[in-house]
Amino acid sequence: MSGNGRTERSEAPEEEPPARVNDFAFKVATANGTGSASANGLILKAIYRMGIPVSGKNVFPSNIQGLPTWYEIRVNKNGHVARTPRFDLIVAMNPSTYAQDISEVVSGGWILYDDSWPLAKSLIRQDVTYIGAPLARMCVEKFAGARERILMKNIAYAGALAALIGMDVDIMQQLLEETFARKKALLGSNHTAFTVGYDYVRENFGLLPVRLEAMEPDGEYVMMDGNTAAALGCIYAGATVAAWYPITPATSLMDNFRELCKRFRTEPDGSRRYSILQAEDELAAAGIVVGAGWMGARAFTPTSGPGLDLVSEFVGFAYYAEIPCVFFDIQRAGPSTGMPTRTQQGDLLSVAYASHGDTKHIALFPGSPEECFYLSVQAFDLAERFQTPVFVVSDLDIAMNDWRTPRLHWDESYRWDRGKVFGEEELAQLKTFSRYLDVDGDGVAARTVPGVGAEGAYFTRGSGHDRHGRYTETEEGYQEVIDRLLVKLETARRVLPAPVIEQHEGAVAGLVCLGSSDAACSEAIAALAERGHQVNKMRVRAFPFSNDVGAFLRRHAIVFVVDQNRDGQLRTLLLSEVHTDRTKVHSIRHYSGTPLSADHVLEDVLPVLEPHDARRRPPHRSTEPPLEALRIMSR
Amino acid sequence: MSSITKPLIVTRKLERNALGLTRLDYEGEMSTLCAGCGHDAITAGIVQAFFDLALPPHRAVKLSGIGCSSKTTAYLVSQGHGLNAVHGRMPAVASGANAANRSLTYVGISGDGDSLSIGLGQLCHAIRRNVNMLYVLENNGVYGLTKGQFSASTDVGSKSKRGASNQEGPIDPVLLALSLGATFVARGFSGDKEQLVPLLMAGLQHQGFAFVDVLSPCVTFNDHEGSTKSYTFIRKSRQEAAGFVPYQAEIATQYGAGSVQPITMHDGTVLYLRKIDEDYDPTDRAGAFSYVSERQAKGEIVTGLLHIKQDGGDMHDRERTVATPLRDLSFDELCPGTAGLDRLMDEYL
Ligand SMILES: Cc1ncc(C[n+]2csc(CCOP(=O)(O)OP(=O)(O)O)c2C)c(N)n1
Ligand code: SF4
Ligand SMILES: [Mg+2]
Repeated sequence: MSGNGRTERSEAPEEEPPARVNDFAFKVATANGTGSASANGLILKAIYRMGIPVSGKNVFPSNIQGLPTWYEIRVNKNGHVARTPRFDLIVAMNPSTYAQDISEVVSGGWILYDDSWPLAKSLIRQDVTYIGAPLARMCVEKFAGARERILMKNIAYAGALAALIGMDVDIMQQLLEETFARKKALLGSNHTAFTVGYDYVRENFGLLPVRLEAMEPDGEYVMMDGNTAAALGCIYAGATVAAWYPITPATSLMDNFRELCKRFRTEPDGSRRYSILQAEDELAAAGIVVGAGWMGARAFTPTSGPGLDLVSEFVGFAYYAEIPCVFFDIQRAGPSTGMPTRTQQGDLLSVAYASHGDTKHIALFPGSPEECFYLSVQAFDLAERFQTPVFVVSDLDIAMNDWRTPRLHWDESYRWDRGKVFGEEELAQLKTFSRYLDVDGDGVAARTVPGVGAEGAYFTRGSGHDRHGRYTETEEGYQEVIDRLLVKLETARRVLPAPVIEQHEGAVAGLVCLGSSDAACSEAIAALAERGHQVNKMRVRAFPFSNDVGAFLRRHAIVFVVDQNRDGQLRTLLLSEVHTDRTKVHSIRHYSGTPLSADHVLEDVLPVLEPHDARRRPPHRSTEPPLEALRIMSR
Repeated sequence: MSSITKPLIVTRKLERNALGLTRLDYEGEMSTLCAGCGHDAITAGIVQAFFDLALPPHRAVKLSGIGCSSKTTAYLVSQGHGLNAVHGRMPAVASGANAANRSLTYVGISGDGDSLSIGLGQLCHAIRRNVNMLYVLENNGVYGLTKGQFSASTDVGSKSKRGASNQEGPIDPVLLALSLGATFVARGFSGDKEQLVPLLMAGLQHQGFAFVDVLSPCVTFNDHEGSTKSYTFIRKSRQEAAGFVPYQAEIATQYGAGSVQPITMHDGTVLYLRKIDEDYDPTDRAGAFSYVSERQAKGEIVTGLLHIKQDGGDMHDRERTVATPLRDLSFDELCPGTAGLDRLMDEYL
């Protein structure tokens, strides 16, 4: 179709639209295993270094080579960088997804494609502009060897893109130098590839109306993913024993922990102040963590939904035997194996009440990589203070995507909270040590660690035990311990991280969300304000919910609860744990596997706030949770 | 300490070990197992081994799963911390505890159900990890605590108390451990203290995973005939009330190296134990494997120290962990502080 022309300019639109600076989204379509990830990372980082708020979302398959993969980048000068499904520009580098990719660009948008091969007629849309650059052909000319040609084409499209959207080439050059500091040979070819793409587009097309301009950032930021930050939190918390079984999207947490340990925890002679055990499954990983926690070390295991099922047996044991341990649940789309590389918040109910019998667990919900760091550190303190499993519940979007997140700072005055642990001194002052005896009413009994001495020795069991730790099947003996566990959680509830609440004058409704939903919710709330609806926002950060959570629900006549799962699990948790009128609570649910966007939120909020507005189409989903969710709520 | 069959009042003068402690310092709570249960004899053997080695009792860590056998961690060395994990999962807990503190003495006690059925995977991987611990499998060929179902070490053709015949082939824990590369593999019999105690002592001293399979009669539920290592309980001549568990005396024996010892069980069936020869070479793993399997084909169960590899390198050697127990490292030794974080943050700009 392309003939000799390189650009397929459709009839409409006739005039150039006005420039839209630092407010657009584009996506790069490639096949996985071709090396595009590093090119995409460079693009993201270059924009970030220009001081512009930006996000990159990697939409990748559960596969190693050859399947379609996309990288979505959004820039927004106001800081709204949640995912958007509206793409102004597509970098279409994967012919097998051309049809889909081309159909996804907004009307009036642009498509950058490789015109080394012609585009099929059926792919031509009249309302978009095609920009063809013979990237593959140019790479064949410049480079020898199939591998290098494939790899360099990625950097070439980065160059082409840079010319289209006005990326700072000096910054890109600097990034290439940093990336290939230790592989000088690669620096040259990368530079060549970038220039090839850049020059071609500059000479033949020039800048698009959607473009970048450097900004002065409003604070100190870093570009980091949540798993890196969480691993760092484990280092700073002083975790020494880590066990795991590989699973996406939790694997990179352990990979990062290992790298950080090599760097910060290795003696000159090579010996290690840490132990990382790759277990045979998540159940064993949990057992290792429980054993280490019982022994008095700080220990954790990162996992995801399928692993959560397996660890539950030990979660119940640690809850009842009161053993500190930290679990990271990096959620992905379930049920079962589900979509391993897609995001969701579908484990909330499983985490909250993991394992059989009466259990309830402390869970923390970081909303950004920054919080992944701070809440991870806190998780270890809480686990030891309350002698119980603590979950850090993140998701694939936070964990594996790079986020522009505030620079992390360390408070030198911080000291870890080991909780009530009796050593030889304390034991010497006691007549007898009773492991499960609460002396001060906070529900927490002092523990001892193995090796301390005969006075502190006791028997730990998941079977019925009394306040002394003795086996029991008596009503009083058993029930006293079970009741105290509730007192303990009640104490914990009061010190867990408070929700983050944003209030607005004259608000008509309150919106509740957690974790990675935050950015989209903020954007939706800003859009609602523009339409004249002030909506308050509460981002929940911990379970069991603090009193502030209930008060927020009760204070608003209309409440929206945003969930990234089908059944409205956050809504279910709120309604079963907090007293409020359930009829005023509207459930907003997104669960397709993509990160939440403001559009998703608005689509369900607007019909409630503007019920008489005929212009609005009815939502395609009801705002009531489905029957299954109602059944769970009423149990 | 076992119930009923042992005198509760100690009359003779108490012997003291190198730490000045008596056997009593190594005992635990009163056993609640059936009288005559082989597990109680093993408990006594472990107590003896600890006493003889003069190990500080408060430095002992006792771990187990779930089952009659797993209960016995409570019946020994009460000055040490104990932990009953969930069914079949003790090896993982032991691995984690040991990772956190390499300086204590670890004893794991398990049953054939706990280790060979529900916990088979965990056992295998603890062997591979070479966790430094003594691991005692109290093997009675049956699920005692859940009342007599077949276990994974029950032989083909064995009958349950209800008359069902087992058709699934058994797992031999010794051959299993050998094939997995265990660095210490032994088998004993609960009734042969002369042999068992030294095996347990050697296991406690072994640097790595010391696996000891101990045949241990379940006097209450092993009710089948014709098995090479089971203990049928025939009650032909006896009428029993439901729920009545008859008291039995412990079966004890003593026999020399290289000999085959027939042992008559509570039910009258005979068990042929072969003690390895004095010139047997336990460092030869392949040799051990064929020795055990050849004798097994003849209906003999080989006992003794079957295999040892002394320079195996335990989990900590492999992981290159520091000498200080990880759980004793101070916060300052673990947290890189502001300077570390600032340097790191600069890399994410
Ligand atoms: C997950 C789980 N399933 C089942 C049980 C029930 N159970 C308790 S002990 C046991 C078998 C124990 O057999 P074994 O390990 O041979 O010990 P023994 O009693 O024979 O010494 C079973 C099945 C349990 N406790 N946990
Ligand atoms: S049921 Fe068998 S294994 Fe259990 S205590 Fe009784 S004799 Fe021992
Ligand atoms: Mg058994």
